[in-house]
Amino acid sequence: MAGNQAHEHLLRRAGFGAGAAELAALEGKSAFAALAYVLDVEDQPDDVDSKIGQSDYISVTAVGRPFSPNTSIEDARQRWLFRMVHSQRPLQEKMALFWHNHFATAYSKVAGAVGGLQGTKMMALKGGELPGPPGQIELFREQGLGSFRDLLVAVARDPAMLVWLDGRTNTRQRPQENFGREILELFTLGVGHYTEQDVYAAARVFTGWNLRLVGNAADPAGYYEFVYIPNNHDPTAKAFTFPIYGDGSATIPARAAGAGMQDGIDFINALATHPATAERLARKLWNYFVSEAIPPDPEFVRGATGVYLTNGTRIRPLVQYVLQSRWFQNPGNWHGRYAWPVEFAVRAVKEVGFVGFSVDGMRAPLVAMGQTLFEPPDVNGWELGPGWFSTGAMLARINFASTIAANQRFNLAIAAAGAKESPDAFVEFFLDRLSTAPFDQAPLDTLRAYLVDGAAWTGSTAQLQSKAAGLTRLIVGSAEFQLI
Amino acid sequence: MATSTRSVSRRTFIRGGVSAFTLTFAAPAFLSDIARAQGAQARNLVVVYLSGGNDALSTVVPYQDPFYFSRRPTLAIPAGQVLQIGTDSSGRTLGLHPRLTGLREIFNSGRLAVVQRTGYTNSSRSHFQGYDIWGTSDPTLKATDGWLGRYLERLPEDPLIGWSATRELPRALVSREVNVAAIPDAGTYAFLSPNAGAEAARERVAATAIASHLPGERPQLAFVNRSAQAAFATLNRVATVATYTGSVAYPNNGFALALRTVAGAMVRGVGTRVFWVQTGGYDTHAGQGAAGGGAYANLMGTFGDGLLAFYNDLRNQGLLNDTLVLQFSEFGRRISENGSGGTDHGAAAVMMAIGGAVRGGIYGTAASLDPAPSNPTLENNGGDVRFETDFRSVYAKVLDGWLGADSAAVLGGDFRAGGPPIV
Repeated sequence: MAGNQAHEHLLRRAGFGAGAAELAALEGKSAFAALAYVLDVEDQPDDVDSKIGQSDYISVTAVGRPFSPNTSIEDARQRWLFRMVHSQRPLQEKMALFWHNHFATAYSKVAGAVGGLQGTKMMALKGGELPGPPGQIELFREQGLGSFRDLLVAVARDPAMLVWLDGRTNTRQRPQENFGREILELFTLGVGHYTEQDVYAAARVFTGWNLRLVGNAADPAGYYEFVYIPNNHDPTAKAFTFPIYGDGSATIPARAAGAGMQDGIDFINALATHPATAERLARKLWNYFVSEAIPPDPEFVRGATGVYLTNGTRIRPLVQYVLQSRWFQNPGNWHGRYAWPVEFAVRAVKEVGFVGFSVDGMRAPLVAMGQTLFEPPDVNGWELGPGWFSTGAMLARINFASTIAANQRFNLAIAAAGAKESPDAFVEFFLDRLSTAPFDQAPLDTLRAYLVDGAAWTGSTAQLQSKAAGLTRLIVGSAEFQLI
Repeated sequence: MATSTRSVSRRTFIRGGVSAFTLTFAAPAFLSDIARAQGAQARNLVVVYLSGGNDALSTVVPYQDPFYFSRRPTLAIPAGQVLQIGTDSSGRTLGLHPRLTGLREIFNSGRLAVVQRTGYTNSSRSHFQGYDIWGTSDPTLKATDGWLGRYLERLPEDPLIGWSATRELPRALVSREVNVAAIPDAGTYAFLSPNAGAEAARERVAATAIASHLPGERPQLAFVNRSAQAAFATLNRVATVATYTGSVAYPNNGFALALRTVAGAMVRGVGTRVFWVQTGGYDTHAGQGAAGGGAYANLMGTFGDGLLAFYNDLRNQGLLNDTLVLQFSEFGRRISENGSGGTDHGAAAVMMAIGGAVRGGIYGTAASLDPAPSNPTLENNGGDVRFETDFRSVYAKVLDGWLGADSAAVLGGDFRAGGPPIV
């Protein structure tokens, strides 16, 4: 799998790793063409879900019932992991994961309020497969590269969000500030750019944004959808400490309750185009795509902020700016990012092998690594970077490396048979297949010594099977593999 | 996270220097505390974090304040249901939440200290800022390491010196020098291998060697390797904890089982000095439960029942006098209930301490909940309870009086003034 290092870097960052399928797709492409391939997701087929259950793909596991990713959260998790492994639009899933962390919504609270069936639909319903609005994660897949302003409006009306941050209980009689606070603190401006009084006013802006149940909640065809309830809306003016309108006015005027939904639209327009929002997104995208080793270059922040604001808050030009930037392309920044658990596990599967493995086998290990999809710890999302690497979580990664290596033992031994002439060649084969950060001499010597620990190297089938599995677990469980 | 070399010299000074110092000088009170604490080699600190912003007014209820009832028409717990614990120094009558029967039992035995109205000036209403402020002990948010992480840097080097029963390492235990173990479940903390027997052992040897590579010019790689190294170094000791079942039955929930793991680590003597346990669900914006029932009552049941089991287990094991439990949350909640049957983010919080050496009782004074602008015990236009005791003075008391550290050095300043004498 000796490949173009820049392509592998692009696939690790803008996707979930350099599997054989991706490398084949980028074979012979220039850097520019590779970027276009990744960025123009609509040019690639959107048929990944139709591969579920086919041989030659990773499998899914549904015990004693049909696979039900729209109504069972465990199956929704499996479908998403399957997409990460096999989608021909890796950036689409990568952005969905980014927004899932940015707008972090946890299934458990949603399901606790509306039940597991409706909770799963709210998180993960694929549009058209059952009645009702698409789940939150589909919103991120469909709009993740579109306008951030539109995404914010959609999130503010998203049924899962209306449950998660209690928007459905926010009324003019008793404003409820949970959503109003987090849209300021976490979704847009960030701490330091607003006051407590802004939070209270923001809560009043969204009074009346609510949900209604259509049909029966216990019926898969039943669903919740957004509704604006004028009677619940506070029609008085709302004053802020930052401009809401282009003329600099910081007050949303009093409006008749029937027209009051416009309050929220005006407010979101102001937040989406606020320079603090632009800068915050630029910094988050730096950490996501460029580096966690060094802080964002001021020039990068200026450039990215400008691209975002001059393109009507659209995300695709912003991501394009990031991926084309010299900071992204600088090899000094490669492997400068700590892999999230799902990035680690999906990439391990893609690069080690998956035929005969089920995504179900990733779920419990991912819990132990600290990342359960649809279950961020709180609205602030996961603790990224070094935060992933507690001792227990690191041990879980080391052990997942063992699990996938054991599962792929025979495939690995067959694949590596051509390199059996010497321990050095054998190590070289695996380091080439698995796109790790460079190994320094000392750990490299350890890998080679491991192959002849216990018995001299003969290249026998039995030796290949045990050492291929052992070597794979050592490499995939190494720190070098955790840095992408 | 930045890397740095371990400052062995500083530790040596702290560990070796204090007794000499106290012989020479008429030691101020805190130094004799240090000397006394150093005599007790086995002292533990168990921090219990109630995640989400605990509604202090529902935990310790001012059930004779008329504004408590008028401002919480559905949430207020009727006076007849609270578990009375007497009056504070200002004469305000207080009661524990009706589900805290276990804590009342500990209170009655004189081993529960309740510290009212803890916090800091300009309390953040943000979960994440509040959590960081309590974790770093720095309201200006400049510090990145935690107060307990800085304390652990002063102890002998050991990868199991701190143990968080969580998947993520909490801010308070972050250190630039010490890798604190995060082990939510001792039972699954084991080394798997695709091979068996001797071949698996060879893998473990190789994996341990690879993880020992800590190149200074590759700080991210070294950081991850330190974590792997700590995992390998703690496997055998943690395995001894996995078999601990307790001298009492623990409730079957994550919080209680984490406390059982902590008790097991103490009983097995694995050497851990600071433990961290947390339980969530305290961000009760909605559906908190009327009249002391419902969701919040369930939270209190989990909290109180778990701690009672832990307390009884430690007592049976003879470890109570070596243990201090310190409970906190990132803020208290708004006085008036909202329209969702819940409460929004507020200010001052309640802290508790439990242990064999704790001087039980009620510390600090309750706020008057009268929203009149002249009421000095409230802030935010009468919306929130104003803090009275700087949370850092409680930390200082724990560090100086229990752990035998110099709180001023750990906290980056002398916050001893006003610290409640809980130990």
